[in-house]
Amino acid sequence: MATGVKTRIKLPASAARGGVVTIKTQITHIMENGHRRDGNGNLIPRAIIHRFTCDFEGENLVDLKMGPSISTNPYFKFDARLPYDSPSEGLFEFKWHDDDGSIYGDVRTILIT
Amino acid sequence: MGLASATVLGRIAMAGSESEELSQFTGGAAISEGGVEIDIASFVEDGHSVPIIVRADGAEAIGLFALLNPTPELAIIRFTRLSATRAMSTKIRLAASQDVIAVARMGDGTFRRATKHVSVALGGCNV
Repeated sequence: MATGVKTRIKLPASAARGGVVTIKTQITHIMENGHRRDGNGNLIPRAIIHRFTCDFEGENLVDLKMGPSISTNPYFKFDARLPYDSPSEGLFEFKWHDDDGSIYGDVRTILIT
Repeated sequence: MGLASATVLGRIAMAGSESEELSQFTGGAAISEGGVEIDIASFVEDGHSVPIIVRADGAEAIGLFALLNPTPELAIIRFTRLSATRAMSTKIRLAASQDVIAVARMGDGTFRRATKHVSVALGGCNV
């Protein structure tokens, strides 16, 4: 597991049913692309986050497959629409999949009015 | 610089045709122009972190490509019914001045595309 990994998520505290919620996410990760060489001329092995997912109340919202051309500390901003049958507290679940098999997760709840 | 140039030239020499690079995503289907927007600077100092917004209303998925990068497929974004917009903002690496291509798979199974040229002053060497 990579060290010093930290996730950041920004979204509003509350929103209306049927409304739009803009979500910003970032994870601290070097995204070692596998093409660089160390001081001895040896290739540094690829070590990236290769998949990011966001679910809302157990249903997938966005599923992003990425390669080594996504910048260090992958950042994503996207929009969710809260279904009309959402509960009064909705759960967003975020997952980042590392090449080394680690899955970094984070959650946020939003008040739904 | 010499090494970087050689790498980029090697990449150009080795690069498959554009249709080959995109066909993993499209399955070889025809791609029509329009209906996809790429918001990215036309000139950037540093290729290591270039902000980009891609949007294609009605898309189920969007593939982002930069054919002169060592790994041309940047990302494949899959949207769902919970997506309020079919738009994504992120930051990408660009190894050299080149076209950035976005291909959208629409709800009806057709494919659409947009292309934006980006000039990169400091090629993100080895990105």
